[in-house]
Amino acid sequence: MAQHIVIDRVSKRFPPAKRGGEEIVAVDDVSLEIERGEIFGIIGYSGAGKSTLVRLINQLEPVSDGAITIGDVPISELRGRRLREQQTRIGMIFQRFNLLTSRTVAGNVAYPLEVTGVGRAERQRRVAELLEFVGLAGRADAYPEQLSGGQQQRVGIARALAANPQILLADEATSALDPETTAEVLDLLARVNRELGVTIVVITHEMEVITRIADRVAVMDAGRVVETGLTYDVFTCPQTDTAKRFVQTVVRALPAGDDLARLREQHEGRFFTISFTDEGVSEARVFSALAKAGVDFNLVHGGVDDIQGRVYGLLTIAVRGDAEAVAWALQGIGSGVTVEEQR
Amino acid sequence: MSDILGILPDLAEQTAIMLWMVALALVFGGVGGLVIGTGLYVTRRGGILQQSAVWWILNLLVNTFRPIPFIILLAALQPIGRAVVGSGIGTEYAIFAIAIAATFGIARIVEQNLVALPAGVIEAARATGASPWRIIRTVIIPETLGPLVLGFTFAVIAIVDMSAVAGLVGGEGLGNWAVTYGYRQFDEVVTWSALIAVVIVVQLIQALGNWLARRIMRR
Repeated sequence: MAQHIVIDRVSKRFPPAKRGGEEIVAVDDVSLEIERGEIFGIIGYSGAGKSTLVRLINQLEPVSDGAITIGDVPISELRGRRLREQQTRIGMIFQRFNLLTSRTVAGNVAYPLEVTGVGRAERQRRVAELLEFVGLAGRADAYPEQLSGGQQQRVGIARALAANPQILLADEATSALDPETTAEVLDLLARVNRELGVTIVVITHEMEVITRIADRVAVMDAGRVVETGLTYDVFTCPQTDTAKRFVQTVVRALPAGDDLARLREQHEGRFFTISFTDEGVSEARVFSALAKAGVDFNLVHGGVDDIQGRVYGLLTIAVRGDAEAVAWALQGIGSGVTVEEQR
Repeated sequence: MSDILGILPDLAEQTAIMLWMVALALVFGGVGGLVIGTGLYVTRRGGILQQSAVWWILNLLVNTFRPIPFIILLAALQPIGRAVVGSGIGTEYAIFAIAIAATFGIARIVEQNLVALPAGVIEAARATGASPWRIIRTVIIPETLGPLVLGFTFAVIAIVDMSAVAGLVGGEGLGNWAVTYGYRQFDEVVTWSALIAVVIVVQLIQALGNWLARRIMRR
């Protein structure tokens, strides 16, 4: 697949908040290549620089250093009218939706079409089509405050898609929504990607968002991208501490500290953590292998997760029995799993 | 003392003159204030047309004119009035002076209402590739229209207040009438009927402003 967005050694510095204070480096020497038609996630804690980075892509903020290219357009070099022309080709949605309260749903969706000079009749046709697509046909004349958060974000998505952009930037688009609505909005974004072929860049601090829709992910920390890879790979095999902490927010991870101490009080035996990916291993196979070996075991922590339709298991079990039997049992699970004892 | 029925025609005429003064001063001062207030907002640091030199000049102008007591400004603007409206006295000149004072007062009111606009809606408009001028027309003004109407209503009442001293430069209106025929001739009926007329006018203006703002804001 062709590169769609190329971020080449980009930095963004803001002047100090106070006179004589220190310059703020929001984005620090970041390079990323985002492919045409993929959903690319950028995850990081608040203050990691991800929101600034996404604003550099559509040049709401100019870069301090480096270059950003979209297709073959060096967008970070453009100013004024030529920049605005490129901006019409990039849609953006926001955490707080940012709808115009003075306009109806239809008026909001029509806004980018007015900017690009689309005539009234064509605007009306396009707005109806978009509202249909996001599941809000019939709410055209409602005002934003009459809609729920999820509906407002759908309007935001319809607005972002109005001018037929090739790229959609989603800045914490589901952070203000409840889990159920989040899932609906993410499914809609996945549909935008699949049916319209729009490249989507998703900024979030929620790992669930990444695991649900992102093909690839970059992990940001203190203005830098510390890890990049396929979502499944970063998820099952995080390399950096930041990535590990994010992974732990969704996988019930490894027990540690107080949790581990409490589990030890409740369960006798040695603790092993068995991790496996989807290559022919399942939870059932792990349990049946242990049962067959005749050792007494208990699942004390962890579970199996679904990442983009693929399986990732991380099970911590307490096993009782003599050392030889335990070793034999664990070996019996076979290949494709990693077993680690928790001491 | 005059009898109330006898002064009614004068009262009506002077009320009409006052309303005329207020209306014209509001139109000119309102447009001027909207332009300068919006100018302050868009040129400030972080604004969509950030331009510190322009902001600095506008801010200095507003800060210079606004604190001048109106009665002094009315006297001081006479030379400019002669150049612009052809006279340094009379009702027309008074309208000119009120419009100038209102411009700078309204500029601050406009600016204060605009800064309350959430930055996100402007960012969303910028992201669609909208130009600064389009954003002013289609986002900044429409999104703040409700509070602006309330701000203008507040300004109208200040203008009514200013119109009352027009008599200093030979202008007419309720204020001049109350001072000349009421205060100076110890005719409390005149003074009080002028006062009641002003109160009624102000109440009506405020009610109209509230109604309009509520309609715009849909609450």
